[in-house]
Amino acid sequence: MTESTRKQRPRTTRTTGPEPVTGAGAAAFIELEGVEKVFDVRKKTGFLKRERRQVRAVDGLSFTVSRGEVVGYIGPNGAGKSTTIKMLTGILTPSGGRLRVAGIDPSRERTRLAHRMGVVFGQRTTLWWDLPLIDSYRLMHRMYRIPDARYRENLDRCVELLQLQDLLDVPVRQLSLGQRMRGDIAAALLHDPEVVYLDEPTIGLDVVSKTKVRGFLRDLNAERGTTVLLTTHDLQDIEQLCSRVMVIDHGRLMYDGPLEGLHEAGESERTLVVDLERELPPIEAPEPARVVRVEGPRQWLAFPASASAAGLVADVAARYPLVDLSVREPDIESVIAKMYEERAGA
Amino acid sequence: MRRGRAVEGVRAYGLIAGMWIRSTMAYRTSFALTTVGNFAMTALDFVAILLMFSRVDALGGWSLPEVAFLYGLSGVSFGLADLAVGSMERLGRRVRDGTLDTLLVRPVPVLAQVAADRFALRRLGRVTQGLLVLGYALVVVDVDWTAAKLLLMPVMLLGGAGIFCAVFLAAAAFQFVAQDASEVANAFTYGGTTLLQYPPAVFALDLVRGVTFVVPLAFVNWLPAGYVLGRPYPLDLPGWVAFTTPLVAAACCGLAGLAWRAGLRSYRSTGS
Repeated sequence: MTESTRKQRPRTTRTTGPEPVTGAGAAAFIELEGVEKVFDVRKKTGFLKRERRQVRAVDGLSFTVSRGEVVGYIGPNGAGKSTTIKMLTGILTPSGGRLRVAGIDPSRERTRLAHRMGVVFGQRTTLWWDLPLIDSYRLMHRMYRIPDARYRENLDRCVELLQLQDLLDVPVRQLSLGQRMRGDIAAALLHDPEVVYLDEPTIGLDVVSKTKVRGFLRDLNAERGTTVLLTTHDLQDIEQLCSRVMVIDHGRLMYDGPLEGLHEAGESERTLVVDLERELPPIEAPEPARVVRVEGPRQWLAFPASASAAGLVADVAARYPLVDLSVREPDIESVIAKMYEERAGA
Repeated sequence: MRRGRAVEGVRAYGLIAGMWIRSTMAYRTSFALTTVGNFAMTALDFVAILLMFSRVDALGGWSLPEVAFLYGLSGVSFGLADLAVGSMERLGRRVRDGTLDTLLVRPVPVLAQVAADRFALRRLGRVTQGLLVLGYALVVVDVDWTAAKLLLMPVMLLGGAGIFCAVFLAAAAFQFVAQDASEVANAFTYGGTTLLQYPPAVFALDLVRGVTFVVPLAFVNWLPAGYVLGRPYPLDLPGWVAFTTPLVAAACCGLAGLAWRAGLRSYRSTGS
């Protein structure tokens, strides 16, 4: 293999001017200005008749992400999340507006940008099904022309942190979902991308795998300063990883800021689930907590996410025959739904 | 720049095809069986022709060795194209289930990745069968070999493969627009090669015109083989046309390449 002696990146003619300065105080790494994506949807309305309709999947989106930020990108299904990611990675061409990643127009210089970004599609593995995991990594090594030393260093690091030691020689088809996801994440990082896009990286994973994945992404960002943009339905992903959340719906940015602000904006509530010894009338809980559901001996109490659960638990335990209890965190959908109610009401 | 991309594409093709070969080798028995199956299936075509000749002495005035010559040329040309880019017909499925996106984020040309997708060595079965029939035909056929005719043999096989590659490529490009069009594509690829196994004289003139001027499959073997065998072509064409196979192949690949680019651009603007 003489790959390492060759140039790392293919020759490209530079058309976008000088690259932005790297390091602290650098210009925005990801830049969107009034970005639009309009799809023509044709719907069958009769045997041959078709109705044409325009759908604005992304409607005048503007935001910037600095180098080294970890951003959670959330929103309901069909909100425009995937479309945004596809435009950022150069898969889709925007219908309007200006989009730059590392100073590059992704749709025009897709392959040049590909060397600098990593992508993990949660639902679609890019690993080679019938081959040992290590073979997929060897392909990345050659396809991305990663210098030998760099490749070995990155692989060792991923293997250690994502605990892939015993999996490297196992055909991918025999891996569990969590193992495969870890394998996929490693595959996306071997070429030292400056930015990683993760589409639902923890979907369907067990708790242990989720923890490993989150810990790894945190370290990656802290040590390498890799910019991370992830879409998720898991609020804990965001809590544990993201300094910033962007909420998108109907192709528009609804919220951009820290997670705490989102809870406030959505007045999100946690739920205390208690199992009583027997069926009882709804618990008379102290304000602002209230019973939202009763099912036999089990009752659900909603209380503000910002409040402590301890006081409420002590109060209920003192007055009612308690068998078991658990606290449920609000999920993103309900936080966002509340946010909309707020806006509609205002 | 353009040459750089071509070299990158060929390199990526090699890398991915290599991975598929290794994947296939994970199931060696299955590989052996499907290769034999591929060989046997295509061999049945020729058995059908042999059966016909057990009843008649000539098809449209062509003898068995001459038809075998046509068959071998068509089989080898198509087999080579099928081996190289045959999996492109799966593009529609990749568009439908969205896995094409995983190819678009790689730093190598998408065309190379799609062409090498599911690269299958078992398709050598078809090439082998074509070569055997062609070998038989060359032994038994009655030809006054000249330098030009000898030279035409490899030119015809490679040019023919190029024409079939263009058909595969154009069919793949069409699937960006209509994802379930792989059956239409099959009519031109698999259907085309079956058509070319028989002498042009047995078909209606309009069909021969279409295969000559619209989808120029006639340049794979009918026209050049007609020259080699000294057989007149049903259409009134100048003699030098028999030598234009590589030019036609280049033109077809160019056009199909443009169609591919248009298809990919349309995919990237509609995402479906």
